[in-house]
Amino acid sequence: MMQLTNRSMQVAKKELTLMERLYFPAIIKGMLITLSHLFKRKATIKYPDQTRELSAVYRGQHVLKRDEAGAERCTACGLCAVACPAEAITMESAERKKGEESMYREEKYAKIYEINMLRCIFCGLCEEACPKEAIFLTDRIVPSSFTRGEEVFGKDKLVETVEHRVDVTKRQTPEVLDFKTDKKHYHNQTFLDKKK
Amino acid sequence: MTDSMLIYKIILCVIVFAVSLGAAAYMTWGERKLAAWLQDRVGPNRAGPLGLLQPIADGIKMIFKEEMIPTHSNRWLFILGPCFFMLCACMTGVVIPWGAGWEAGGTIFPMQVTDINIGLLYLLGVVSIGVYGVMIGGWASNNKYSLLGALRASSQMISYEVAMGLALIALVMMTGTLSLKEIVAQQDQGLSYVVYQPLGFIIFIICAFAETNRAPFDLPECESELVGGYHTEYSSMKLGFFLFAEYINMFISSAIMASLYFGGYNFPFQHELGLDGNLLTAVQTAVFFGKIFIFIFVFMWVRWTLPRFRYDQLMNLGWKVLLPLAIANIIITGFVMLFMGKLG
Ligand code: SF4
Ligand code: SF4
Repeated sequence: MMQLTNRSMQVAKKELTLMERLYFPAIIKGMLITLSHLFKRKATIKYPDQTRELSAVYRGQHVLKRDEAGAERCTACGLCAVACPAEAITMESAERKKGEESMYREEKYAKIYEINMLRCIFCGLCEEACPKEAIFLTDRIVPSSFTRGEEVFGKDKLVETVEHRVDVTKRQTPEVLDFKTDKKHYHNQTFLDKKK
Repeated sequence: MTDSMLIYKIILCVIVFAVSLGAAAYMTWGERKLAAWLQDRVGPNRAGPLGLLQPIADGIKMIFKEEMIPTHSNRWLFILGPCFFMLCACMTGVVIPWGAGWEAGGTIFPMQVTDINIGLLYLLGVVSIGVYGVMIGGWASNNKYSLLGALRASSQMISYEVAMGLALIALVMMTGTLSLKEIVAQQDQGLSYVVYQPLGFIIFIICAFAETNRAPFDLPECESELVGGYHTEYSSMKLGFFLFAEYINMFISSAIMASLYFGGYNFPFQHELGLDGNLLTAVQTAVFFGKIFIFIFVFMWVRWTLPRFRYDQLMNLGWKVLLPLAIANIIITGFVMLFMGKLG
């Protein structure tokens, strides 16, 4: 068997030698081990003061994107909610009225869009499912709260503002876009494509 | 006793009381910090710089927590338990010589509340009554875990007191006195008693661990089996008293070990430094506290290293190992003294 460390020892049930039965040498040995830990580097990251470096494609709090003109991309198709294994997403759709074209990109939009951050497992399947490139996970950490209700994030917290766009270029690389749209891939073929 | 002496003694009493309480409070902080460091953690660091206000925060929390007295408990005994434990813990500090003595206006004010000539016996006595607090508390709770904890505490303390007393007898044979002040004074020049009584010291320190209910002898309150043992039913400041008294006990045992075996407030070459009386006393007291803190460190260090004993191992160690060793120690001490011609 492969040895993972050189600290493993053969265990055998045998009579203890006098040295072992004295017990004191073992105690001293143990105490020296703990003493050496006194001077070791601490493993703790003091979280709010100090943050761990996150990966560029970290899956944290979601963002609902707007397009270049500032209109919301989501069309309330519900595919993200279907894809979500934790059933964290709920939404209510509404039809776009005349004059709201600058606010919503498609004719149908999400009037209410809620993600329950306590249910979410940050798997990213919603992002994968979205046909409109509307939802992305970001490297922001969901803040803690005192009540459960506060952890249900509505559109006020999810949709990015026109002034402060959330950068998702790291997650939406050309390769990812290609993977999501290229008809060569089986998962992008509709049943009409498959018929062909 | 003159009036000024009386007032001085009262003040000293209050100081000793305050210092042991303060030391115990900061020992809780120290314990948590040290535990954290030994486990590669940071420890309390939110309340004040380095978490130094943590004991105060804990105290406030303890006081303001809801107080619960179980309906099926014996109410008066339930309240008496922690009070008694605390009282005994605070009573031991009076016979310890914290320093040589201040000189002011021709009189010497000793740094010891009272020098009773049977100081050592007094200490042993008070320590053994201390177990009543635990027993009363555990019995009055009317809870099986508390009762088991109390039973364990009493049998453990009784077993280890025997070995402890016998270890001290060997020491007393050498000192020829039971007064702590004189024992410390004898170590003024020459070697500390730990050099003459290494075995006695080891027995004593093991028994001290057991007497203070510290790991690896914390069976009376082991959280994993007895849900806290004798203080399972206690809440708020009564629980605080139990925990706090334990730290005071630890502080006092450290002081006793320092004075009996490590020369108390004496330190090597103290008379060659050329310090004048009062300054020397101040330095000596500081040295004494240094020694105490080293022992407290050892107490904590051991706690966060060794796992708890099993009950039969505990009894085996007490009766089959420590007791014969202590008796052997007495005999050896006697023979050595006989051959060195130190017997009267
Ligand atoms: S990340 Fe996963 S669990 Fe969270 S909302 Fe999206 S699909 Fe659901
Ligand atoms: S976020 Fe995407 S998948 Fe979800 S409802 Fe909106 S458009 Fe559909």
